[in-house]
Amino acid sequence: MITYIIRRFLYALPLLMAVNVLTFVLFFVVNSPDDMARMQLGQKHVTEQAIQNWKHQHGYDLPLLWNGGQAGGKQLTDTIFYQKSVNLFLFDFGISDSGRNIGTDIRQRMWPSLALALPSLIVGLLVNITLALLMVLFRNTYVELGSSVLCVMLMSVSSLFYIIGGQFLIGKLLKLVPISGYDSGLAALKFLILPVIISVVAGIGSGARWYRTLFLEEVEKDYVRTARAKGLTETQVLFKHVLKNAMIPILTGVVVVLPLLFMGSLIMESFFSIPGLGSYTIDAINRQDFAIVRSMVFLGSVLYIAGLLLTDISYTLVDPRVRLS
Amino acid sequence: MIVLWTDALIYLLVVTSVVFAWYLGRQQHMRRPLKKIAASPVAMASLTLLLCFALIGLADSIHFKDGDSRGNEAVSLLDVACDTMRKHGEKTYSAPFAVHGYAKETLALDDGSTRWDYPRLQYGGAHLADPETEWAGDVFDKTLSGFSRGAGLMLMVLLLAWGDQHERRRVLWRSASSKAVWAALFLVVSGCYTLFSLSAYYHVLGTDKVGEDVFYQTLKSIRTGLVIGSLTTLVMLPLAIVFGIMAGFFKGWVDDVIQFIYTTLNSIPSVLLIAASILMVQVYMTNHPENFNNLLVRADMRLLFLCLILGVTSWTGLCRLLRAETLKLREMEYVLAAQALGVKPAMILFRHILPNVMHIVLISVVLDFSSLVLAEAVLSYINIGVDPTTHSWGNMINSARLEMAREPVVWWSLTAAFVFMFALVLAANLFADSVRDAFDPRRAQAS
Repeated sequence: MITYIIRRFLYALPLLMAVNVLTFVLFFVVNSPDDMARMQLGQKHVTEQAIQNWKHQHGYDLPLLWNGGQAGGKQLTDTIFYQKSVNLFLFDFGISDSGRNIGTDIRQRMWPSLALALPSLIVGLLVNITLALLMVLFRNTYVELGSSVLCVMLMSVSSLFYIIGGQFLIGKLLKLVPISGYDSGLAALKFLILPVIISVVAGIGSGARWYRTLFLEEVEKDYVRTARAKGLTETQVLFKHVLKNAMIPILTGVVVVLPLLFMGSLIMESFFSIPGLGSYTIDAINRQDFAIVRSMVFLGSVLYIAGLLLTDISYTLVDPRVRLS
Repeated sequence: MIVLWTDALIYLLVVTSVVFAWYLGRQQHMRRPLKKIAASPVAMASLTLLLCFALIGLADSIHFKDGDSRGNEAVSLLDVACDTMRKHGEKTYSAPFAVHGYAKETLALDDGSTRWDYPRLQYGGAHLADPETEWAGDVFDKTLSGFSRGAGLMLMVLLLAWGDQHERRRVLWRSASSKAVWAALFLVVSGCYTLFSLSAYYHVLGTDKVGEDVFYQTLKSIRTGLVIGSLTTLVMLPLAIVFGIMAGFFKGWVDDVIQFIYTTLNSIPSVLLIAASILMVQVYMTNHPENFNNLLVRADMRLLFLCLILGVTSWTGLCRLLRAETLKLREMEYVLAAQALGVKPAMILFRHILPNVMHIVLISVVLDFSSLVLAEAVLSYINIGVDPTTHSWGNMINSARLEMAREPVVWWSLTAAFVFMFALVLAANLFADSVRDAFDPRRAQAS
């Protein structure tokens, strides 16, 4: 087990390296630091001196990959690639193009993101599983047909409509909760209710359908027939036996996304102006702040790889038949 | 005639899909699932709706130079068909079927004095002398006459079809799915006819901030949605098929390398990858303005890039499925037999493996379509989607955010985008479901 985890960690290193090189190519080779400086300083009336100053200030005045002007190891280290990319491995994100410390920003904005994402995930999971179990309980009746049709219809609505509609209906017409905003501590609760409800509703269509197929697969199996033959009622079979066995795919599906919860949801946070990492990223994209986008790409891939690792480990924990090798 | 890049690719896509459909129809083992789809009324009705959308999208993809404009402006066949809507621009917002403007302004009266009131629209309901009394009757009349003409046209076609005496075809007409197709066609054709004939007199879905007809905008957006949904698969398929089959078939280091590539791509959050690439494209375009002097070409290139990037980020899922399936297939007797007979690996891949994974490809293409259409809206909202000048549902929703906060609420843009998008995505989802049910061997056995 321990050796397996260590091996997976070692395998993650080249992956992160590849991610790093890829983002580096995307950000620096396609457009030069000169272009970035022009973009930050504005397109017009920029002197050559101002560009040089900006580049020096942000450390972009070095060669890209190989510094011939230096001696020894500095030939490699005194380059943009080394300065900007290798530090990411140590989670030292540096200074954003607008001059703020990215690491502090991320640590600060992580919590609002989590405060929105975690309840949405848990409530959504409970609602979806309950609905899916009900659909399986009433299978081959009009109830199931109707709810399947409803699920497809819910799935066909863009999440943007749910957000705009929800904000309009609950926030503006009924005035139950504030439309958007955020506060620290427990006061944040009233701001979080609406986004959580909306993200749960938006996920019902695809979620309930997905869990339904999982449960339907289980219902066909032999142990279910045995349980029925034993004389258990249909609800007992479903909730005790089917649900327990279907928990394995459900759990592993959830574990993958757990680390990514820190990244927050781009759309939700920017619509409800919650100061989390999602809205941070969107702001960076809109301001064309490459340093932030690059750090978020790196952070996202680290979390994704962590999610994969957690999935493998959780497989062995919940399903003793699976052995890691 | 002007052929934009996406236009050319759309023609290519149409040709490919026709060839593919013809190939599928000739395969003996594909007949059963195809028949199953044809027998399902829901699938056939949604396919009809999808084809109607595709027809509008195709009409919007045939561009030529505008005759009466001096510049290098290109118009499409759809623009010509919607000429009245395109030219009937108002000053600013107006509600659906409105005859008066959205905001009050100072009106100059005949006797020289001024009045603070809602102005009459320049085109919407301009033929009415006294809107207060005539309006309701006129709208009713025009709707009824438009609908009856459209319905009459369809009834005539239906009668002709019904009068067809050929025995085999008569059996075909009587099946449930053909009835569903006719019903869907009837609704679409008569609905379109009504809306089009009404839009000569009114703005049926209102106008937007700069006074452009919203119905025209939604019609134009159809092409953008379809392009994103379909061209992306054109980018994604070669990558997924080649890499997936090769990884599964050759195993060893080929498999390792390909797995490494797709895990790397997968681990980058796709929204961020798209954002980064679009930012790069933007920077490239601002630095090379000479290649993108035309607004239409510029928007078109950005749309194409978006499809490319979406394709690059979304091939990994299908690739993994294909790899797993090929790993299973390569141990099959017929592949082993081919190997024993000395057939070259490339030939085995092409003749024996590829046709046997086609059902997976087909299922994932139709399943991905709707999610791509939905993704376009989200991406446009974050400003990393299509060009802001391109008509798209995403851009309409994006602007609707601010409109919902106005007083009185400007709801028509959002509603129009919602209805059209919902119709397209719902049809795509329903069709995808029945394709999956028909082609997935596991589900086919169960039923």
